[in-house]
Parts: sequence; C-alpha cells; structure tokens
Amino acid sequence: METSNMTSFWSMWITIFTLAVIIGCLILVYRTRKSEVYKETTTETMHHSFDGIEELDNPLPRWWFNMFIITIIFGVIYLFLYPGLGNYKGYLNWTSYNQWEEEMAHAEEHYKPVFAKFATLTVEEISTNDNARLMGQRMFNNNCALCHGQGGAGAYGFPNLSDNDWLYGKTGDTIKTSITNGRTGAMPPWGAVIGEDGVRNVTSYVLSLSGQQADDSAVAQGKTTYQAMCVACHGADGKGNQMLGAPNLTDDVWLYGASFEKVAHTIRQGRSGVMPAHGSLLSKNKIHLISGYVYSLSN
Amino acid sequence: MIKHDTIEKNISLMILLIVITISGGGLAEIVPLFFQKETTVPVEGLRVLTPLELEGRDIYIREGCSVCHTQQIRPFRAETERYGHYSVAGEFVYDHPFLWGSKRTGPDLARVGGRYSDDWHRAHLYNPRDVVPESIMPSYPWLFSDKLNGEDTAAKMEALRVVGVPFTDESIANAEAEVKGKTEITALVAYLQQLGTVMSNRR
Repeated sequence: METSNMTSFWSMWITIFTLAVIIGCLILVYRTRKSEVYKETTTETMHHSFDGIEELDNPLPRWWFNMFIITIIFGVIYLFLYPGLGNYKGYLNWTSYNQWEEEMAHAEEHYKPVFAKFATLTVEEISTNDNARLMGQRMFNNNCALCHGQGGAGAYGFPNLSDNDWLYGKTGDTIKTSITNGRTGAMPPWGAVIGEDGVRNVTSYVLSLSGQQADDSAVAQGKTTYQAMCVACHGADGKGNQMLGAPNLTDDVWLYGASFEKVAHTIRQGRSGVMPAHGSLLSKNKIHLISGYVYSLSN
Repeated sequence: MIKHDTIEKNISLMILLIVITISGGGLAEIVPLFFQKETTVPVEGLRVLTPLELEGRDIYIREGCSVCHTQQIRPFRAETERYGHYSVAGEFVYDHPFLWGSKRTGPDLARVGGRYSDDWHRAHLYNPRDVVPESIMPSYPWLFSDKLNGEDTAAKMEALRVVGVPFTDESIANAEAEVKGKTEITALVAYLQQLGTVMSNRR
C-alpha cells in the first residue's frame, strides 16, 4: 500500500496541535500542584463555606500526580516510536499495512510447503489423502457451505454435491473448472413459446421419463413438443448433456423440486442458477484442495 | 493566572475552555483528513451507484443491516483471508453516510458482491434458515412484496450530488423510470452484488 505524504502545512498542523496538548497538560499538572513542600494533609481551605461546611485544599495524592506524569512520558515515547506527528514515520517505521504484509509473508512461508506438497497430487488423489481432504473440507465450510450446505448436501436450487449426480461432469477437472470459472444455468422460459397447455403437456412427459404417474394423452402430446423444443439440450432420451449442464430428466434428482407444479414452473419461467466464479476469490491452491474435497463427497 | 474559582463560577468561560480542549483532538486527527488524497480521491474504477442500487442502499439502511454487518475489512490476515483485500478509504468516497458499522453479529459485507448468486441472496433474505440452518439473521419477507415507487429517487440523487457524488443528469432523469415498480428485494440484491467489487479479491 502506497501512502502519500500530507503537505508540510498539515504535517506541521498536526505536530503543533499534538505537542501543544502534551505540553499544555504538563504545564497544567505542574501549575496546579502545590508549590509548598509536599504534605499529605493541610489545614488550608478553599476559602468558601456553605452552611458552615468548608472544603480543605489538600494537594493531589502523590500516586495520582505521578500517574499523570507517567501518561505524559508514555505519550512522548509512543510518538517517538510510532507515526503520530504528521509525516514523521516513527523510529520503528510501523504502519498497519507493513504489519499486514509481514503477517502475510510469515503465513506464506509457513503454508507454502504445505500447499506445494498437495499441488502435485491430482484432485482424485487429494480426495483420498486425509490431511488434504481435511484442509479442503475446512475451506469448503468457509466458502461453499452457505449455498451447498454442510457436507455438500445442497438445498432447493443449490446442487447436492454428495449424490454422485453431476450437471457438468464428475471428473476432478470439471469440478475445478466449475469452481474457478463458475457456471450459469441456461434453461430458457418456454411459457410464451408453447403456451400453458404446452407447458402442462411437456411437464407430464418429463415426469413420465422418471417413471412418475402422468396422464397418457398429455404425455403423448408433451412428447411431440419435447422432441421439437427440448432435445437439443436434454437429449432425445432425456438423459441431459453435461457439456451444457442440462440435467438428466430420467433420474430422481430434482434441483427445483419434483412436483408437477414445480416442474411446470421451471418449464414456464426457465431457470438460470448461478455458481459464482471463484477464480478471483480463491487462490489456485485452495481451489485445488476444495475440488479434492468435493470429489471425495461422492467417491 | 486564572483561578479555579474564576472558572467554576463563570459558566461561559468554562464552556469556552471545554470547547477549546475537546476540539484539540478533532483539529489534529480529523480536519487534516479532509485534505488527504487517500480520503478524498476515489480508488481507480470506483463508480457511482445506479438508481436501483441506490434504492437498495436505502433499504439496507432502513432495515438496519449495518447494525449487525460491518463494511470494513481491517488489514489483518485473518480478515483478508476470509473477506478479501482490506478496505481502503478511497472506496468510500461516494458513501454518504458511510455504512462501515461497528459490530459483527453477522459477517463483514464489504466485498460480498459477486460471492453468491442473486438466487442465493433472495433465498437467504426470505428466510436465512433455508440456506444456512444455524443462522440467527431475521427474515425479510416483505421485501418481496413491497414495491418501489421511485418518487424520491431523483431527489435523493440530486442531494447526494450536492455533497460530491457525480451522478450524471441522464441517470437522474431516468431514475424514476428505472426504479418504479421493482420490488425492494431486487434493489437490495443489486446493491449487495456491487459491494467491494472495485478491488481485486483473491486471497
């Protein structure tokens, strides 16, 4: 972090104010101190009396007075060591950015060998290495579990990572690509294209693909529409296409719910689930370990 | 020399001396910042909010998000590892008022932009427990039904322009149309998704 210097005017301004306050405190403490030889008590009063009650003019207790002096000495030492007086950098040359960089350098030195050791393993190998998997798990919990859940169990709209059903493929590399570059689902809305009847017919057909009960005539009509509109991504057999992230419709895994209304909604409105790209958020080494952990969840 | 008595019995003098004493700190610590490059020049690439994001920001303020969420990442490794690059003053030049907050009941949000999908934010704000079972954050279901009317958006932008936020005439002219009829959740998510994206995040 580059810090620009302030102009000498403001530097002087700060210096003068700061020193003036310190010197002012010192003067105040000494001027109000009793000039006479120090005594614990005195018979001198404040020269005022209310209802016959008078106030003795005792000096400030010595420990109290000394504490004032100690804080002033502390302040002066502090201003000598640390940046406090305008552009003066302080004897220690300390800045919060330097401190942060030292911390980072220290961590880099400490963790680099650890990451380097695992960087040579493949994602598949990491999933069977207990230490690497544990590191990946912790990073997963910090970064991924908010959407994908603890242990990758997923949630409505957020894929389950532990069921060995994959939208984009199960290899270590595809997992890594998904994390690094993100994914954007691209199920277009069909409501306006095929009409409400079309939506309900296609829904019936899609449900029949995974063996659910559906009205026969609707299934037949839906099939025709399906073959015209849906095969490009989901395939003629409904098994999906991992190159496009088009889900398999013949299994029992439903990201957005399996009920008739939920499936119909998906067809009518489309879906565009987003996995944010993490290449700009996490270092390669971390993504490597997280990929290994994710791979281990279903293997 | 002024005697104790003199000050104690003359309240105007006492007020004057108190004001002088207290302003010492402010004059040395605060006033010079008004003239520092770090605090007055925006970081490279910083843009002003769109009208929709601005409305989202006002919802963020209204719902008191900054009571539990900070928007400042301190230069400690533990924070930069979790949240990304530490915050710098130049990122907040267009923030009036700033929303740094002072307490983290929830996580810091200074760089939450782009970290989660829009869908996640919507699910999370509707009922945080749906996506994070152990969350103690309140639900905000009304954001999904309440709509913005955009009546005040342009006026807010004019006011912010007075204090130095460079909204263009065009964006102020289109503000009402851009915002009108949108749900509050749309505005809030738009605001959240741009937070902190001006600086690189990798950690």
